Amino acid sequence: MHIVVCAKQIPDPETPPAAFKIDAATNKVVPAQGIAPVLSQFDGIAAEAALRIKEAGGDGKVTVISMGGESAQAAIKQVLAMGADEGVLLNDPAFEDGDSHTTAKVLAAAIKELGDVDAVFCGRQAADWDMGQVGLLIAENLGWPVTIIAKGVALEGNALKVERVLADGFEKTEVNLPAVVTVSNEFGEPRYPKLPQIMAAAKKTVTKKTAADLGLDPSEVGKAGARLQLQKLFIPEKGAQVEFIEGETPQEQAANLVAKLKADKAI
Amino acid sequence: MPHNILVVGELDGGTPSSTTLELLNGAQGLAGGGSVSVSLLGTGASAAAAQAAGASKAFVSDDANYDTFRGEQWLPAVQAAVEQSGADLVLMGQTTVGRELGPRLAFRLNTAVAMDCVAVTDNGGTIEATRPAYGGNAQATYTFATTPAVATVRAKSFDPATGGGAAETVELPAAGESRVNVTGKEVTESAGLAITEAPIVVGGGRGLGAPEAFEDLKNLAAAIGTDKAAVGASRAAVDLGWFPPSEQIGLTGKVVTPDLYIAVAISGASQHMAGCSGSKMIVAVNRDKDANIFAFSKYGIVGDWKQVVPALIEEFKKG
Ligand SMILES: Cc1cc2nc3c(=O)[nH]c(=O)nc-3n(C[C@H](O)[C@H](O)[C@H](O)COP(=O)(O)OP(=O)(O)OC[C@H]3O[C@@H](n4cnc5c(N)ncnc54)[C@H](O)[C@@H]3O)c2cc1C
Ligand SMILES: Nc1ncnc2c1ncn2[C@@H]1O[C@H](COP(=O)(O)O)[C@@H](O)[C@H]1O
Repeated sequence: MHIVVCAKQIPDPETPPAAFKIDAATNKVVPAQGIAPVLSQFDGIAAEAALRIKEAGGDGKVTVISMGGESAQAAIKQVLAMGADEGVLLNDPAFEDGDSHTTAKVLAAAIKELGDVDAVFCGRQAADWDMGQVGLLIAENLGWPVTIIAKGVALEGNALKVERVLADGFEKTEVNLPAVVTVSNEFGEPRYPKLPQIMAAAKKTVTKKTAADLGLDPSEVGKAGARLQLQKLFIPEKGAQVEFIEGETPQEQAANLVAKLKADKAI
Repeated sequence: MPHNILVVGELDGGTPSSTTLELLNGAQGLAGGGSVSVSLLGTGASAAAAQAAGASKAFVSDDANYDTFRGEQWLPAVQAAVEQSGADLVLMGQTTVGRELGPRLAFRLNTAVAMDCVAVTDNGGTIEATRPAYGGNAQATYTFATTPAVATVRAKSFDPATGGGAAETVELPAAGESRVNVTGKEVTESAGLAITEAPIVVGGGRGLGAPEAFEDLKNLAAAIGTDKAAVGASRAAVDLGWFPPSEQIGLTGKVVTPDLYIAVAISGASQHMAGCSGSKMIVAVNRDKDANIFAFSKYGIVGDWKQVVPALIEEFKKG
């Protein structure tokens, strides 16, 4: 059983709103000072799901793939420290400023090249752009079935049993390998690598690949191949100017608040 | 410039869902003399076409195999509807259906989708889609280099359409095979009003300190009125197992747009606000006067919820 985990490095989504800045000229987020980029949260959970299947089966292999800059090595190393076996960094200036379509194209090409892959696990969405597309598009590129927003994944014979989250509960699904699954936070917390595992990860192989290595033309990836074109990235207005409710006691505050809500016809 | 628009409809108990009616209204506003069509799949689809307000044409199949959404069954049908309607814009909800269908349909039509949009507009003939990004800290406006433009749209982004439904219906083929089998479903029972429908929502966060505190919030909702108020939670509270995931508010939970949102012991992280910032009014109870939630609130009480919530319950009970 060979599972590929797709893992993206992103600006820390828990960056305090006050430190979140956009450069209007380039439509890009200005990296917050002193806050290091992180492995996108759901991708750590996807890795956890893959590793549990590998451990339950005893003889599997997990490969982590990331498309990104040189710094994305850190995200790869983190998944290797969790227990993944090998890493692949897809790194080429031509890959930059693409969209979900070009990202999935590059990742699918890298997965095809590995050859013996049985399943691909992605996060439900990358916690920077929050698109939630790439897993589905990898599946379409490969012609594989896909099931998304999983809260449980188990391997039974040649099939994955996936519980997927719905608006009003969850659904049990079954899909034969090879398949793509995207994993949500309802799955649970990813493991936290300890120092010896972090040291061991440093020795694991990370292969680097460019567009040419994957047989991709620069015109079909990155900004050149993108179909969705970002016109403007901006910080929306918050609007409200808070009025703190006065009162000597909580009872007085409560009475004052309810009076204001009544006056506003909010209740 | 006129646009031909296809709304990928969903049925809710045999009638077009509230999101479908919202999209139909949005589509009418954007069509500018072009056509608005709708696709409806599953039991009762042809009858529901007459209730798809604002659509002139409905692409339907009553095949009950469509009742449970399976992407691989819906895709060819919706693709046929797009092609036959000549749509240059396809709208669907940011629902279980849209989340899967959006990207896969876009792939098959050699185009792109913008997910979870809060606005779709026409700027001098060019379709623009605006969506939150970076956990709600930012918004991004996109155009499409390819046609049709596809967008999944967040609930309550448009008012629902009213009036007459589709006069013309076109049959779509029955459902084919799916490689993903659905073997069962578990529905989380939620007593009372749904958080997405309630005019008043009380949200509880990690600062409540313990699961029992949600009983106090339920009492607060009951004091406001069981026919008016419902209780939801932040993800931090849900992850701690204090409240069911189906009642989570935020980016990865439900989007609520009540008249009044009362946030109790919630810090107001962008990912939480992504699910409630569309509320008409926000009121917050938090012991930290610098909490981010106050930046979104009309009124704030700085204090310990353990004292403030019982006092609010008393006050609401007075009527
Ligand atoms: C990709 C991603 C997606 C996410 N999706 C969501 C989502 O859908 N929904 C969501 O909610 N979050 C989401 N989050 C998490 C989000 O970033 C925050 O971590 C979360 O919202 C914090 O929840 P909280 O406000 O309850 O807890 P905290 O941030 O811990 O805040 C607790 C608050 O309670 C106050 N408090 C403490 N004690 C008291 C007291 N006794 N009385 C009054 N006030 C008190 C504190 O001052 C504090 O402001 C997501 C995060 C990521 C990275
Ligand atoms: N640059 C990338 N490198 C590796 N995996 C990615 C990348 N971008 C997206 N993914 C994967 O696709 C998922 C969904 O991403 P998105 O569609 O961008 O929200 C992520 O959770 C990752 O698993």
